[in-house]
Amino acid sequence: MTETPTVAQGETRTVGTASRTTWWLGLVVLVGTVALVLLAFFVAPEDDEQRDAVRMIFIHVPAAFLTYVAFVTTAIGSIMWLWKRSVWWDITAYAAAEIGVIFCALTLFTGSIWGRPTWNTYWDWGDVRLVTTLILFLLMVGYLSVRSMGDDEATSTRAAVVGLIAMINLPIVNRSVEWWFDRTLHQKSSLTDGNLEDMTLFTMVFGLVVFGLFFGWAMIHRFRVGWLERELRVGDLDDALAARRAEAIDHQESST
Amino acid sequence: MWSSEPEVAMWRDARLVALKDLQIEWRSRTTFSQVVPFAGLVLVLFGFALDANRPVLERATSGLFWVTVLFVSNLAVQRSTSIETTDGARRALLLAGIEPASVYVGKAVAVAVQLLLVEMLLVGGVIVLYGAEIQDWPLLIATCVVATAGIAGAGTLLGALVAGVRARETVLPVLLLPVLAPVLIGATRAFDDALGSVAVDGWAWLGLLAGFGAINVVLGALAYGVLLEET
Amino acid sequence: MALLGQFPALAGVDLEIGPREVVLLQGPNGAGKSSLLRLCAGLLRPESGDATILGIDLAVNRAAVRRSVGLLGHDTALYDDLSVIENLRFWAEVSRVDPNAVLPALARLGVQSRLNDVAVRHLSAGQRRRVALAAVVVRRPQLWLLDEPHAGLDQAGRDLIDQLIRDAAKAGATVILASHELDRTVDLATRHLTVAGGTITRDVVVGAGGSDVA
Repeated sequence: MTETPTVAQGETRTVGTASRTTWWLGLVVLVGTVALVLLAFFVAPEDDEQRDAVRMIFIHVPAAFLTYVAFVTTAIGSIMWLWKRSVWWDITAYAAAEIGVIFCALTLFTGSIWGRPTWNTYWDWGDVRLVTTLILFLLMVGYLSVRSMGDDEATSTRAAVVGLIAMINLPIVNRSVEWWFDRTLHQKSSLTDGNLEDMTLFTMVFGLVVFGLFFGWAMIHRFRVGWLERELRVGDLDDALAARRAEAIDHQESST
Repeated sequence: MWSSEPEVAMWRDARLVALKDLQIEWRSRTTFSQVVPFAGLVLVLFGFALDANRPVLERATSGLFWVTVLFVSNLAVQRSTSIETTDGARRALLLAGIEPASVYVGKAVAVAVQLLLVEMLLVGGVIVLYGAEIQDWPLLIATCVVATAGIAGAGTLLGALVAGVRARETVLPVLLLPVLAPVLIGATRAFDDALGSVAVDGWAWLGLLAGFGAINVVLGALAYGVLLEET
Repeated sequence: MALLGQFPALAGVDLEIGPREVVLLQGPNGAGKSSLLRLCAGLLRPESGDATILGIDLAVNRAAVRRSVGLLGHDTALYDDLSVIENLRFWAEVSRVDPNAVLPALARLGVQSRLNDVAVRHLSAGQRRRVALAAVVVRRPQLWLLDEPHAGLDQAGRDLIDQLIRDAAKAGATVILASHELDRTVDLATRHLTVAGGTITRDVVVGAGGSDVA
């Protein structure tokens, strides 16, 4: 069941992307998530200043980390498509962008509401990473926009160039936001003030692992969907070629 | 008759393309009859929105100036791209055997020239409408030049990217504006220094703008060919 | 096989054409004639199979073919806001062609000199076609690829095209043209290819016997 199925001409079949791997992985993720929730809400200690709001960290940090993992994946995939025309990397880039944008939204959301009880503000301009992540979100949305406009090689190439542009420009964005806050009067905030208690640290790392496994699970499924779409496209192409050749034969027969 | 050295040929081609684009702009008069009025209108509208509050306007001048420039750059890039999408010109550029990087540089220069013209007029606009006092003219001019290079560089590449896409007009700003965020940040801070409104080191920001410009122009020159060929 | 987006425009073409040949492509709409011309111009990438144009392998370096071919498509590649002369001078200069050849080419194509400084947007479709053809003539290509060259032209224009084709072939070039105007082109061509369903279904050399390509 881990083989990617091909659909024969004229046949209609419902195909799933599940497999033994994803089943077990999914189970682990589920168990891990329950454990994480318990750890995060009941076991990890409160922060002196921020009290319960600090628990946002357990979603925010892993989500942020995985957003950037996804982004780097898309960037590498874009390069591999442009350089080697690698279909595998093209599908991976698209999958990573779709999943990444969700993690990115989660990062921004948790980053935003985390600030509210603490500093009474929904958005902290002084958080360099948050601002950069917002720009990244917009770039990813742009990438997905371009992707959705077609499903041929030209679209893959366009999206790959967007990925390349995003990859090269994001560090510049980060630098400029950093400088902005160094050189003006904004107050810097800090997500982690350094002193993390053991339990908090453990929970955070645990959360990272669980989120990472979830990311892997989602990627496998999404990749397979992308792969199946390609198979369909090739199948369509074979059909189209056959139809095209039939045109030729029809024409020959009708003219002789 | 033509130099056989490829580098010289590339610059020559770029110049031809730039002149062609500028000539077309001049003939169709869109820059003057549409883009400049648009820019002026945006300044006026900001004035209305901020309740003609002099201190606020003065403090916000740099930001409003560059936001306006970003809007204008979106238009300019759209125009530049649409010149080639009419009637198979892109294909003809491929057939002519011209280096794609030359086309890129030529078009980017044409966009930059138009933007600089609009910026000159906008400077006049903010002096008149917002009471801006320029304290450091060299910094102001340098900022305009360097920031514009970056805008034109990044914009021209993105323009080529959306050239074949159906919702071209709406997808271009979604891509362009996040990429240009550093320009907005840097140019605004540099202008703050030039206008004497905030104590920042404008020249340092200019360095950032120059970095942005250099990187994006190199990227554009390299990636433009792929887009022209494949899309 | 060559793709347009996802559609197999060309589905397997086996062909060999030499110099001085004038090849006529005929066939129904959507058969792939335009795509074949674009492939020969080095604009379409062959997904599978071999393609060698003017000694250049398309799989290796499509771009190298382009300078030696002249393609007249359905579009004109003329900038509306520039004048006739400005357009042709631009295309001549970027194609590394002698710009002095522009005026004679325009004259040859019967474009009245009073139109030289007129912006292309003010020209009629037929006049634009002549200017676009002049752009091809100026290139002096080894391979002429003409997609329905007679379309939109008056009688004099059509005669002119026929003469151009004859002259080109006499000078050693190869001409491939796609046309629906069979009665006119039948005498012109040395070879007739019928294109249907993205492939060649008939290959007839004028004078010799014909062959049906299955």
